Amino acid sequence: MNDLLRRYGKGLTWTFISLTFFWLIILVILPDFKLLESSFRPYLPVNEIGGPKDVYSLNNYMQIFGNQVDFNFFGLHFPLAARIKVFVLTIFYSGVVTLITFVLAYPLSFYLAKVVSPKSLPTLFLLLFVPLWVSEVLRSFAWYIILTLKGPLNVFLMTIGVISEEIRWIDGYSPVVVTLVYAYVLFMLFPLYNAMQSLDSNQIEAADDLGAPWWRTHWRVILPHCKPGIASGAVMVFMLSAGSLLVPAIINSTTGNWFTQTIQGIMLEGQDWNAGAAFAFMLLLFCTIAVSVAMRVFRVSLSDIAK
Amino acid sequence: MQFNRKFLGHLYMVLFLVYLLVPLAVMSGAAFNASKLPTVIPWKGWTDQWFIALYNDARIWVAVRNTIVVAIAVVVIAVPVGAAGAILVNSISGKVRAILYGMMVAPILVPGVVIGISTLLFWHQFSVGSGLHLSVLGQVSYIASFVMLLVLARLQSFDQGLEEAALDLGASHGQVMRRILLPHLYPALGAGAAISFFQSIENFNVTLFTRGGADTLTVYVFSKVRSGITPTINALALLLIMVTLVLAIWYEIARRRKARIEAAREAEGRRAEDAELVAS
Repeated sequence: MNDLLRRYGKGLTWTFISLTFFWLIILVILPDFKLLESSFRPYLPVNEIGGPKDVYSLNNYMQIFGNQVDFNFFGLHFPLAARIKVFVLTIFYSGVVTLITFVLAYPLSFYLAKVVSPKSLPTLFLLLFVPLWVSEVLRSFAWYIILTLKGPLNVFLMTIGVISEEIRWIDGYSPVVVTLVYAYVLFMLFPLYNAMQSLDSNQIEAADDLGAPWWRTHWRVILPHCKPGIASGAVMVFMLSAGSLLVPAIINSTTGNWFTQTIQGIMLEGQDWNAGAAFAFMLLLFCTIAVSVAMRVFRVSLSDIAK
Repeated sequence: MQFNRKFLGHLYMVLFLVYLLVPLAVMSGAAFNASKLPTVIPWKGWTDQWFIALYNDARIWVAVRNTIVVAIAVVVIAVPVGAAGAILVNSISGKVRAILYGMMVAPILVPGVVIGISTLLFWHQFSVGSGLHLSVLGQVSYIASFVMLLVLARLQSFDQGLEEAALDLGASHGQVMRRILLPHLYPALGAGAAISFFQSIENFNVTLFTRGGADTLTVYVFSKVRSGITPTINALALLLIMVTLVLAIWYEIARRRKARIEAAREAEGRRAEDAELVAS
């Protein structure tokens, strides 16, 4: 701090401090406190706000327990509240998305880091970047077109004779997962590539020379080295998927609802902002826990993830 | 074996690119189909009617203007805020630094839905109604984190001795900032501005909850997809993809030219060295 004062003087130092204050306090922390505070307040008509009925309670959080439905999880049936079911399934399928993006991105990042000649790398990266620059809303829309009942996928499969009648692809969670994978696979690829690129190729050669089969080289040498990259990519993809509203809303599979859609329904259709705050806070709490657990499991710090 | 594995790698790379690009091609193709629904099959003949419909759609142009205004506002706020945060974090150490750094990075991982709702509720209590100004504030809260990370990375290669020297030679604090620190940070600030601009254009979650009645492009396209889709959206998509492609190709050409010039310069340097060796 003194160092800052000496270098840039009082005026500039105070400018830095006040800008940071504005960002962290006014834009980040106070709104989150307001979110928490609102989440305990009841939904009242305007003239009753601040009146005797405006007391703190857990009622908004209790709303998540309403409306019991049957929950079928891999053949296990048990009753569960509809909104908890959506919450659990959102998390589960976000995990599935993360796993699939990892499986897709791992070989490619190895190829980019260790196989391809460095000369053609910039061109390849540019080709990979182009779809990333196309807006997410349009990429989801593209999959909506592909997967519709009379869409190209069904027509293609029927033409080559794999299926005899149209399949309803937009049903359940699979179309949402497919589109999320497409939307976020590059967020897995780049951190993986960064980690793999920093591995000394001699280590791979040494493992080969010592007679390790290729899969053991990957398992014992390359994979452990990539751990920070895997953690970074996995956290990024998981958070983006669990927090995505655009993709599930555009795919609009009525049997594949996402938790963010529940929040959107309460906020914008129900206009119950306080209950919306409660649900948003639950999502925030879950994300915080998920990131901390991931950091513990992979033994990485926040700065590794932010890379 | 070696050859085989390399071949598999190339094949996988090509397949992956096809996977990334085919959906975009399908979507673009539908822009020319005379069918009322956005699809490539069945093909009902070429048409340019969707581009004309797009041109005549007044709402979409308002949305485009809004998007650009919001993006510029986000850049103007997020770049100085993020840079100030990075300079501050860089100048301290120990536990305070770790906490501050954590607070600055965390917004990237917070779901946009949460940012949108908390921003809306926070400003609502001061009777600031929803609208694009709130969208700007909400977006800045996490986009500034990207700027902070870029500037912080750049600060690692900064030689603070330069500042010392300038101060010793009698430069004012403003001059140190303007003539030494800022020029060093320009690349990071430029990259930060670009990333902020694109992140803002892309943003949907924060904007949806804070926008009030105003449209930005993503929100507009979203509402269009949800209520009666026409291939107008595909026409718009094609135009945006074209813009992206032109930018990408321009960038690639500039990069190749630069690489060529550098290679030529290196070759010349080597020749000069050889000549010197021969002469001595």
